[in-house]
Amino acid sequence: MRVRVLAFARLRELLASGELTLELTSGARVSDAWQMLAGRHAALEHLANSTRFARNGQIVPSDAPLADGDEIALLPPVGGG
Amino acid sequence: MVERTSSARLSPRALRRYSRHLLIPEVGLAGQERLAAARVLVVGAGGLGSPALQYLAAAGVGRIGVIDDDSVDETNLQRQTIFSGSDVGRNKAVAAAERLRSLNPLIAIDALPLRFGADNARDLVRLYDAVLDCTDRFPTRYLISDACVLERKPDVYGSIFRFDGQVSIFGAESGPCYRCLYPEAPPPGSVPSCAEGGVLGALAGIIGTWQASEALKLLLGIGEPLIGRLMLVDTLGANVRTVRFDRDPGCTACGVRPTIGRRPLLVSDEEPSTSDVPEVEADALDEVLRDAFLLDVREPHEAVLGSLEGAVQIPASQLEGRMHELDSARSYVVACRVGVKSLWAVARLREAGFTRLQHLQGGLLAYAARHAEFDFF
Repeated sequence: MRVRVLAFARLRELLASGELTLELTSGARVSDAWQMLAGRHAALEHLANSTRFARNGQIVPSDAPLADGDEIALLPPVGGG
Repeated sequence: MVERTSSARLSPRALRRYSRHLLIPEVGLAGQERLAAARVLVVGAGGLGSPALQYLAAAGVGRIGVIDDDSVDETNLQRQTIFSGSDVGRNKAVAAAERLRSLNPLIAIDALPLRFGADNARDLVRLYDAVLDCTDRFPTRYLISDACVLERKPDVYGSIFRFDGQVSIFGAESGPCYRCLYPEAPPPGSVPSCAEGGVLGALAGIIGTWQASEALKLLLGIGEPLIGRLMLVDTLGANVRTVRFDRDPGCTACGVRPTIGRRPLLVSDEEPSTSDVPEVEADALDEVLRDAFLLDVREPHEAVLGSLEGAVQIPASQLEGRMHELDSARSYVVACRVGVKSLWAVARLREAGFTRLQHLQGGLLAYAARHAEFDFF
């Protein structure tokens, strides 16, 4: 199945893109999408515990299941002011 | 005959000043009077605080507190438009308050040149109707959210990084808090601050202004406030999105079994390593003091209502200069109001070679709670 990933703030920079598509096996969860990206970009590791995920506009736990066509937003904490 | 609008709370001069608000049905005279009666605390007079403060003041919010212990730096002027070049070196809260008073002399401004910290967070939040989180440090963001949850005040949150901003409202009745969204602070250094990573100046203007707008909506009771929604502003892509999030039943601040607030609020990066500081329980203090001296490090304004007989009193702020009044061969129980500054004082005293140190867990408030004869506050 195919999901659309939107990356924000620091993660957009680390992924060098604000929007990308991932091909995942059926039954994959949000955490699998993250693991796939972390495998390509080692720098994601230190944001693993603090990044939240929104699936189709709703924040969900990282073990939430994904379906074909879902949109995942990766939301790292932003602290500047 | 022309009937003129009149108001018990607003002078004719105020009615003229706020006429463009009075023309909006959702605000009107009743709304403007609500704003005049409202009190808002803005934590941080920086990139977000600059626009937020100016719009809240111009809008006629009756009392605005501005707290910041930092001073204006030349690198701030790229985005902190409340300041001018001649403010460089001045305390931000004081300089911002001066600008706001000239912007709108009809309102009251509380200039608070202090650090918003664990020792004053709840007392400060209690004095206002809403709080704007305009800080640039994660620990302070958690502290603001926790204090707002405990005091049942809305926390209008904004944050920025380079081209990206976030806005939300935490701590509102039935709504989630900052810890529901981000339970865990990022590891130090993993998320650059504005000072480290830079920020587009205009983004600070957008997000701070949005915070002001959400605060005004809350005070007026109009529209759909950003409760349980996180707004994501991406200035590079010129996109604004919102995502929904729920209250977390397991949240340590606002969940079913909260742990935050059971003990005094602590801020992670201001919290000295406590593991190796021997603690004295409030119940055991009298006994321990047979062989030790009590060192009371509360500030004078905290100690006015009472102190323990025989205590050595040196406010934490004066400790470094007055250590010679203490004897490092002696044993001390260090105490403050709630048990936070005492840990800081223990750390300083250890650096100076003191070894026989304990600290009073929960501070003198915990002791007073068990001794009705002491009239601490």
